[in-house]
Amino acid sequence: MIRVVLPAHLRTLARVDREVSLEIEGEVTLRAVLDALEARHPALRGTIRQHVTLERRPFLRFFACEEDLSLQSPDAPLPQAVATGAEPLMIVGAIAGG
Amino acid sequence: MSGVRVLVGTRKGAFLLTSDGTRRRWDVSGPLFAGWEVYHVKGSPADPNRLYASQTSGWFGQIIQRSDDGGRKWHQPGTPAGEPTTTPDGMPKGESNKFVYDTSSETGKALTTHQWYDGSQRPWEFKRVWHLEPSLTDPDTVYAGVEDAALFRSTDAGQTWRELAGLRGHGTGPRWQPGAGGMCLHTILLDPSDRARMYVAISAAGAFRSDDGGRAWKPINRGLRSQHIPEPTAEVGHCVHRIAMHRSRPNVLFMQKHWDVMRSDDAGESWREVSGNLPSDFGFVIDVHAHEPETIYVVPIKSDSEHFPPEGRLRVYRSRSGGSEWEPLTEGLPQSDCYVNVLRDAMAVDSLDPCGVYFGTTGGQVYATANAGQSWAPIVRDLPAVLSVEVQTLR
Repeated sequence: MIRVVLPAHLRTLARVDREVSLEIEGEVTLRAVLDALEARHPALRGTIRQHVTLERRPFLRFFACEEDLSLQSPDAPLPQAVATGAEPLMIVGAIAGG
Repeated sequence: MSGVRVLVGTRKGAFLLTSDGTRRRWDVSGPLFAGWEVYHVKGSPADPNRLYASQTSGWFGQIIQRSDDGGRKWHQPGTPAGEPTTTPDGMPKGESNKFVYDTSSETGKALTTHQWYDGSQRPWEFKRVWHLEPSLTDPDTVYAGVEDAALFRSTDAGQTWRELAGLRGHGTGPRWQPGAGGMCLHTILLDPSDRARMYVAISAAGAFRSDDGGRAWKPINRGLRSQHIPEPTAEVGHCVHRIAMHRSRPNVLFMQKHWDVMRSDDAGESWREVSGNLPSDFGFVIDVHAHEPETIYVVPIKSDSEHFPPEGRLRVYRSRSGGSEWEPLTEGLPQSDCYVNVLRDAMAVDSLDPCGVYFGTTGGQVYATANAGQSWAPIVRDLPAVLSVEVQTLR
């Protein structure tokens, strides 16, 4: 079971609590997790990744196990602790705007 | 018993203000979509319970919200709350926040670049929906004016959107450029006497008209003069802030340009200045009295570098002669130390008699008059900065 932590505004949009739990078949990559998240909660399509290009929106970043995973390939395996559910994947909105 | 519902979009959510026909006491509900910028909320003329809202964020992008019960419950049209998120054959339902520019060879042409601030060319990039304009006759059809400037249409109540690419594709697109607020399509006017005719306005490109339901477009900027562009009378490049019409005379258009208040009596074929005795002809909003097609309202702003009322006195100016001769309306409005702005989508009128006029400020006040402007009072004083105001007259 993969655990995903969403920022507050996206939790409101998806009407979920702080963490979302997802089942992933096969290798646990960022792309696989986001695909599963958007399939479960279509309201989130376009809010984390751009439509069409599927690029990360510029003011969002991905963290897990105290690492910034934002710039790694979306097809790279996520840390084992995320794949086992011991640690969550955190989607974090940039603190910006003053 | 008649009533009024005022739909307010702000920097931090949407608010609904309701009153009976007397317009003396108001109920304020909200914030809806708290924390998000709500650029516009508008109701369908064909079904007043059908509302559309543009909810947007620099972090999370664009969301379209819809209500089918007058604003009590809202949902993203493609993914209604509590319903399956896929169709029976497993396909995802509509993606109501997906605005993708048309690049097809049949309709999209080479719609690749517009002018940037420094004169270079830059690709179109979707940022947000500025304005939603529901069809006059079909609650499920709604137009969206977006940044970077383009026009989209949904015919399934906001579930899916398709660009009317003839606007960007008619030839002048590479000469459009962003204004200070971005390159946005902010005004959409539908002609109530001719379903095929519509107008849009873009900052900073100008005004455009379609006579075939949005397929083909032409610039309608003859008579506009903009000193701040290299060719002041150019076919495009003008920073039009707002256009308004009275439904009984759709060939007569009124425009608040960056500077200058303008009027056209021939569906935009030509324009003439009607700024007259205004203390400043810079401003954003303009609107027309519901029952007097020659009575128009503007809120003069000091200048393009000082976005507040001249002398710190918030005044609505009214002309009862279609422009040129203006009178200040001040009763109930702050006449000292007022330094708010009134943005382009933040004025609207109801259709009661006497006509009500409403406008919102960047200071969070929504002012209303129930007597066509003779006296004003705030409905609310302390909202977030107001981006848009629309009014529904409920009968």
